[in-house]
Amino acid sequence: MIDQLPALPVVITMAAAPLVMCLLRWPWLAWATTTAACWAALAATIALLHHVLDVGTVSYAMGGWEPPFGIEYRIDAANVFVLLIIAGVSALIMPFAKRSVESEIEASKIPFFYCAFLLANCGLLGVTATGDAFNIFVFFEIAAIASYALIAMGKDRRAVMASYQYLVMGTVGTTFLLIGIGFLYIMTGTLNLNDLAHRLPEVSDTNTVRAAFAFLAVGVSLKLALFPLHLWLPNAYTYAPSMVTVFLSATATKVAIYVLLRLFYSVFGIEFSFEELSMNYVLFPLALLGILIPSIVAVFQNNAKRMLAYSSVANVGYIILGISFATTLGVMASMLHIFNHAITKAALFMALGCVVYRAGGTSLERMAGMGQRMPWTMAAFVLAGLSLIGIPLTVGFITKWHLILASLETGLWPIAVFLLGTSLLAVIYIWKVVEAAYFREPLAENANVQEAPLSLLVPTWVLTLLCVVFGVYTPFTVGIAETAAETLMGGFL
Amino acid sequence: MNQYTVLRVIAKIMIPVILLYGLYIQFHGEYSPGGGFQAGIIFAAGFVIYSLIYGLEKVQQAVPPVAVHVLAAFGVFLFIAFGIAGMLMGGDFLQYRVFMEDNHAAETLGIIGIELGVGITVATVAIALFYAFAGRERD
Repeated sequence: MIDQLPALPVVITMAAAPLVMCLLRWPWLAWATTTAACWAALAATIALLHHVLDVGTVSYAMGGWEPPFGIEYRIDAANVFVLLIIAGVSALIMPFAKRSVESEIEASKIPFFYCAFLLANCGLLGVTATGDAFNIFVFFEIAAIASYALIAMGKDRRAVMASYQYLVMGTVGTTFLLIGIGFLYIMTGTLNLNDLAHRLPEVSDTNTVRAAFAFLAVGVSLKLALFPLHLWLPNAYTYAPSMVTVFLSATATKVAIYVLLRLFYSVFGIEFSFEELSMNYVLFPLALLGILIPSIVAVFQNNAKRMLAYSSVANVGYIILGISFATTLGVMASMLHIFNHAITKAALFMALGCVVYRAGGTSLERMAGMGQRMPWTMAAFVLAGLSLIGIPLTVGFITKWHLILASLETGLWPIAVFLLGTSLLAVIYIWKVVEAAYFREPLAENANVQEAPLSLLVPTWVLTLLCVVFGVYTPFTVGIAETAAETLMGGFL
Repeated sequence: MNQYTVLRVIAKIMIPVILLYGLYIQFHGEYSPGGGFQAGIIFAAGFVIYSLIYGLEKVQQAVPPVAVHVLAAFGVFLFIAFGIAGMLMGGDFLQYRVFMEDNHAAETLGIIGIELGVGITVATVAIALFYAFAGRERD
């Protein structure tokens, strides 16, 4: 059984998707099946995590075709960490999803909704688990097409337009990815990432490989919403159903960032990416602008969901900043922030999901007075908001601390000042929500709003408390992030 | 188009041939060009032609939308089931060699099985797309 672990998370979610689609008349059963599949995938991922931490990198040959000829699933500390985030978040949102989805999606469409959710989940898990370049492209498309459908199911009519925008940008992104992979295949004759890493140095001094690198970098940057390629993200997150926003914000961009790390550090290698092509001079300014501008834009938003969407773009900037240092400490800070931001943003969007469930929207006018009406929900929002800002004893602080350490290590002390300054911008936009929720009278139509039901509150609080737990007890996340960074920096063995 | 005798007669003759040709491409896929995807589309084309000549209602009597829906999911599940069967019988996901003593026969069985899954899904999804567009009321 332990040999099968690398394939299990993907296989479980993929097998559950068609089953859920058949449960047309029983939305309740569709939800139960999806929940069971998500928790089973999480169990498999946790077992896999233990296995990988014990014995190191695990390789799995799909269909028994040995790598590099067949498709290989290659699990090491770096991708098992990302797998854990995806499986963990998807398992935790399922209890939340039940009532939230019932209130936002027509009953007849609920089984389709969960089917698309499972496929998106399966696609993201697949991108992360696989060690094959073409397989990455295929799973990216599975995840993307499922997410377009999920976003378009939003209650607001603008959701369709947002989904269409995402579709255009996402398709350009994956097409670039495919072109890049095609060029690499022409030059090396292999699609296996490990094999590519061994064969690329011989041919790396050619324009084809440099073009492939450019296509891959732009394609993945589109998927991960690197500023200024982030334009699809705010609308998609704002108009998607609450549960979809939680899931996508915690996982979709993170997976693309993992692919970027894998390509830059492991496949092309640090010398090619950062010394020969000087990607640090591209990523570094984009990361800084990507933190600053979306943070400022977030301050001026009137819809809390949209505000947090812009904040997600800014947080992608933090992660890219760590990558651009091209040091183990920098990559480690990025890996940490992938995890920390995933749980923080998931908690925040879940709290907003509770508000949508009761008050019907997240514009600041509607959120007015929610501090008294929904005290537990807003308390979770404030706590997770503190983590987003980076207050000590929360996970946000842990990543900012490591980012500052990494910037000081490379001698860039102004970056430390810059990080503190941008944290203040986060204070401003979180404060705007707090001010509306605690210091204003509720709208007349929201005067009778009550606290969100327990099935929504409990998952929100679990994630919020995780933000604090991993902010106080750091050996687990920091340990894995460190091993992951070393694995990525070391390339393939 | 029910009133055109020529179309009706020709369609009646051609539709079984089209379906048979679809099945031929399906089951000959591993020896010659073809496979589940192409076969599924050709198979679905038979149903589309039938509904163009005799009307959407008649074809939906034969293949109700719910059946199309369930079969589309079933095809995908068949593919994955063959993969999981490989895992359960001691191999890797989608490893067909473990199905039987004779490796060659086992590989053939596996390929035919997953291609059948692909064929069913492609045919029913094509029909479902046709139903979705043909069934729309004019607004």
